[in-house]
Amino acid sequence: MKSLEELKRIKEETLKAMDLRQAKDRGKIVVAMGTCGIAAGAKDTLMAVIDELDKAGVHDVQVVQSGCMGLCDREPTIEVSMKDQPSVIYGDVDDANARRIVREHVQGGQVVAELVIKRGNL
Amino acid sequence: MIRNQLLICAGGACITSGEKSVKDVLVEELAKNGIQDEVQIIETGCMGACDLGPIVVVYPEGTFYQKVTPQNAGPIVSEHLVKGRVVSGLLYRQPTSETRAQTREEISFYTLQVKRVLRNCGVIDPLSIEEYIARDGYFGLGKALEIGPDAIIQTIQESGLRGRGGAGFPTGIKWKAARDASGSPKYVVCNGDEGDPGAFMDRSVLEGDPHSVIEAMVIAGFAIGAATGYVYVRAEYPLAIERLEVALTRAREYGFLGRNILGSGFDFDIEIRIGAGAFVCGEETALLRSIEGKRGMPSAKPPFPAQAGLWGKPTLINNVETYANVPPILINGAEWFRSVGTAKSPGTKVFALAGKVQNTGLVEVPMGTTLRELVFDIGGGIPGGKAFKGAQTGGPSGGIITADYLDMPIDFDSVKELGTIMGSGGLIILDEDNCMVDVAKFYLAFTVDESCGKCTPCREGTKQMYQIMERITDGKGTPNDIGKLKTLGRVIQQTSLCGLGQSAPNPVLSTIRFFPDEYRAHIEDRKCPAHACLHLLTYSVVSEKCVGCTACARQCPVQAITGQVKKAHVIDQATCIKCGSCYEVCRFDAILKE
Amino acid sequence: MEMRTLHVKINGRDYQVPDGSTILEAASAYANIEIPTLCYLEGISEEGACGVCVVDVKGTRNLPRACLTKVSEGMEIWTNTARVREARKINVELLLANHPTDCFTCERTENCDLRDLASELGVREVEFPRTRTEWLPIDNTSLSLVRDPNKCILCRRCVNVCAKVQSVYAIDIAGRGSNSTVSTFLNEGLGNVECVNCGQCLLVCPTGALTERSEIPDVWKVLGDPDKIVVVETAPAVRVAIGEEFGMPDGTQATGKMAAALRSLGFNKVFDTDFSADLTIMEEGFELIGRIKNGGTLPLITSCSPGWIKFAETFFPGVLDYVSSCKSPQQMFGTVTKTYWAEKMGFDPRKIVVVSVMPCTAKKFEKERPEMKTAFHYWQEKMSLKDEEAFNDVDFVLTTREAARMIREAGIDFANLPDEDFDKPLGESSGAGVIFGATGGVMEAALRTAYEVLTRKSLPRLDFEDVRGLEGMKSATIDIDGTPLRVAIANGLGNARILIEEVQKGESPYQFIEIMTCPGGCLGGGGQPLSNNPDIKKRRAEAIYREDAGKPIRKSHENPEIQEIYKDFLGEPNSEKAHHLLHTTYHDRSGE
Repeated sequence: MKSLEELKRIKEETLKAMDLRQAKDRGKIVVAMGTCGIAAGAKDTLMAVIDELDKAGVHDVQVVQSGCMGLCDREPTIEVSMKDQPSVIYGDVDDANARRIVREHVQGGQVVAELVIKRGNL
Repeated sequence: MIRNQLLICAGGACITSGEKSVKDVLVEELAKNGIQDEVQIIETGCMGACDLGPIVVVYPEGTFYQKVTPQNAGPIVSEHLVKGRVVSGLLYRQPTSETRAQTREEISFYTLQVKRVLRNCGVIDPLSIEEYIARDGYFGLGKALEIGPDAIIQTIQESGLRGRGGAGFPTGIKWKAARDASGSPKYVVCNGDEGDPGAFMDRSVLEGDPHSVIEAMVIAGFAIGAATGYVYVRAEYPLAIERLEVALTRAREYGFLGRNILGSGFDFDIEIRIGAGAFVCGEETALLRSIEGKRGMPSAKPPFPAQAGLWGKPTLINNVETYANVPPILINGAEWFRSVGTAKSPGTKVFALAGKVQNTGLVEVPMGTTLRELVFDIGGGIPGGKAFKGAQTGGPSGGIITADYLDMPIDFDSVKELGTIMGSGGLIILDEDNCMVDVAKFYLAFTVDESCGKCTPCREGTKQMYQIMERITDGKGTPNDIGKLKTLGRVIQQTSLCGLGQSAPNPVLSTIRFFPDEYRAHIEDRKCPAHACLHLLTYSVVSEKCVGCTACARQCPVQAITGQVKKAHVIDQATCIKCGSCYEVCRFDAILKE
Repeated sequence: MEMRTLHVKINGRDYQVPDGSTILEAASAYANIEIPTLCYLEGISEEGACGVCVVDVKGTRNLPRACLTKVSEGMEIWTNTARVREARKINVELLLANHPTDCFTCERTENCDLRDLASELGVREVEFPRTRTEWLPIDNTSLSLVRDPNKCILCRRCVNVCAKVQSVYAIDIAGRGSNSTVSTFLNEGLGNVECVNCGQCLLVCPTGALTERSEIPDVWKVLGDPDKIVVVETAPAVRVAIGEEFGMPDGTQATGKMAAALRSLGFNKVFDTDFSADLTIMEEGFELIGRIKNGGTLPLITSCSPGWIKFAETFFPGVLDYVSSCKSPQQMFGTVTKTYWAEKMGFDPRKIVVVSVMPCTAKKFEKERPEMKTAFHYWQEKMSLKDEEAFNDVDFVLTTREAARMIREAGIDFANLPDEDFDKPLGESSGAGVIFGATGGVMEAALRTAYEVLTRKSLPRLDFEDVRGLEGMKSATIDIDGTPLRVAIANGLGNARILIEEVQKGESPYQFIEIMTCPGGCLGGGGQPLSNNPDIKKRRAEAIYREDAGKPIRKSHENPEIQEIYKDFLGEPNSEKAHHLLHTTYHDRSGE
């Protein structure tokens, strides 16, 4: 280490790895991980959301799990709550849909209408 | 791909209460559920709430699980991580309501704190230098090298930082004296010989954020013109030593120690010196002798270490918590540091909250926080609805702050006015069941034991004081004992060679000052009002209440209780050893303790 | 550089004192106030352990120690305030609380610093009870010294003298707080560690915690035994100090009174170690000459001081070859008495008891060295003696203090005794033998003889001023008729260590080195009277050189008794017989 620039580079790199521990205030994505959800592939959904966010360089949106949301026939389900916007619950969120939601809703600001189950809090 | 991080508190207290086994269970559960590659476990430094340990925090939610055991840890994986269901049984129950807190941010123990010294403790992996850097680590050093020694010292002086080891001496003045002193080489020393009973903030910093101390020492070395630093840690802190060793190695690998640091041309390195656990080695002149390999005995000041310290050379010595304050001051400036705390004692102070209080552990609050906030808001009040009686500050060198001063802002100067000292931050809460004479005797016993024996007043005087205290708590005190204690105390304070002796009488003099009636009760009435002094305690049977159930007689370990079934029993005072088991076992309130 | 002066107030009066003075020094030199001290020893023990010299300084909450605190500009010092008196008194009382009260029977009953201080401070009652729960065992392991830890007040003077002056480090503080004691390595006892028996610790002890191992009872016993022929020998430094014990002025030459007093005690013969000092010069001087002439090991280092010998054996076994093989004068005397004199007088050597009076505690150790039974070996075959009949060359050693105690006990009015002479033939000495008692004396004595032997010329001037004086280290180059001889002298083992380290490294520029264990040489020995006079060594040294100057014979080889013993008994210096009787060997103790 010979310079401040190098120090800054390490800081930025490490911050990515510590991302999960940072405060994220732009929004939150909840992946329902009830038995039904897991059976329908919610774990793949979860990983896809995380992966897509990471690829897109989004670090201010939190991804958490929850229990069953009670919409067992449309599993896997996720809830996207962006700051100052009503939350949206999507159904049938497989790997591809998860990535699409991240791209269009989280990044683009456009709700993916055909996957929506409900707008506003449950 | 990591989706969750589990932070397990690996501070000393959590390790003692089974952190390693909890971690093993979690690792096993993750594997069992096939998610070991998605969830990362990180052991951090102390999270502060030591009576709640072992603690596991699940990120990104920040869910705070407390009192986790190997038996109940499984669901954190199988429920929370697999099924997304919070394990509510492991959440913290708010003391004032039935609700449970989800995250640290909902617990008043945490929300009222201002974490500056402990900024990284419980947040980062102390073994990872990268995580330290990610939290602005070594940027203070970068700044320091840029602005140069004079500006560094000016910043520290302007910040108003005062030594956190006890006496509150202005840190900037020390640094300047060491810089101005003639003599070469110079040394930088970190006093990590934390010895006050109950205080463990320095251990927590060394265990949880060792780089903060290393960084500060490099800055100090650059500021005063030293090339060598020593961290003196007591042997009772093996984990701190281990983590410090790792941190030193990593800092060397990254070029924060060694030659030409950050391309500045400045060379500096640090060695660890392990103390054998003598309390007096926390006194700076004794500590320096100990580093030299000699018997740790204090010498008179002046000369101060800044003039003639290690091997007679100018030496800057600060305590761990003081150093941990330095890097953020360099980054954020003196004004930022002064933005909390009081005018004469800016910044925060870490306290080790212990004794008769709901939440015990490490808390960091702005200087000037009142005792009431510390004890009742952060500490959650006194257990069992008992009355607050006082807070002992400064360990064996300090004294008592009584209920009358609950609303007094605490800083270096205000506590001094009450005849006690801030000390390293030990704060022992006492309630109505604590006998103040007994408490003072306890601390005096500590200094008698830890006196190095070099000077007469401390070696002989404290021992004499202790014997008088023992006499009083044994019910054999005489009316002029209080006068003798005061005279001896005064002479010991005024003529002892070092701070240990000079402050040793404080607990006794402070309790005499604030609780004279308790002393009189012991001496004149042969009674201990708090029922704490065994020799002054009597247990007797209230014959009107006794139904003759024989429970007490059966429980008594020395057969001091006699009586026939269904008739009132009697305790033979000569045989009674005052163990209190009759009092505990009686269901009819028929045992009188007085 | 001009010395800066500071303006200070002492007890309300203005003084100008030099910068760098301590309060103690300033008060004494300028205000005529002697602030009491106990643990303080200028330049040696400056630790502030006792807490007695405290004073009030305006603006300080605590009471600084006068011995350690330097004066500063404008300082206002009060040496006699109520809190100062209270603090001093209480600190002394705290020491007295655990100090035994057997003052009547204590060896230091007449000159105890602690007792004097208590009296000075008006301590009339000790308010505090004893806190130590047990009495500690007395350390009797040493042949020279006895330590009673119960009388120790932990002032650390002994520890500091042993470490700083002697660089021996035999004692230090062990244990903590009220359990601390002065102890030896693993509490093995002084007799089992590196202690060189010099007794400097005893000289500075303010109480009776350190005393010599007394041989007074043994000596009384033999004096009362009609079958014994009890002779006494007195070392050079004793005669200039023993008068102090009887109230005579410091530096009194009491040679004649000492001889009279010893005779009065009942010794059959009163001889003089100065005689064997002359003998030592003959042997050692010729050894030096031999080594110079024959290219032997140089520098030659003197061997008269038994503390130094044990020091070398313990710390510098590698230099033992440099050390003269000559026995010390005490031991030569014992051997000669039990061989030459016994033969001459026709006495059974087993009946002769040799008692020496020495300024030294290490001599008590020296006489017990297994090599020091030469007379027995001399007689063994001739008299068919059995091994178990072995006897020492010297039987008993009394320190100057012990001899004085015996004289007092016998009720002898020492100061008013008419002077008497030593007995013959072992009582005649030259001035060279006398100056053995001062540092540099052995060197000077040897030079007087070596010069004349080497050059066969008479010395133009007898006084070698360059090698005199009480400095810890001296060196000089002596012109021996055109050949330069480089010599060095050290007194105090800390100084000796410096010279000897050079020798060990092979870097010593000298041909002849004199080492004396004690500061000032034998006149400052651990067996000498205790004195509070800071100039005492100077006074004793002056007396020694006066004694030398007053002697009709001042060169060892001119002593007629010396000439006689070589003619009648030894042959010539360094002869085989002389080697056999007057020389010895050393051994490596570094592993002990």
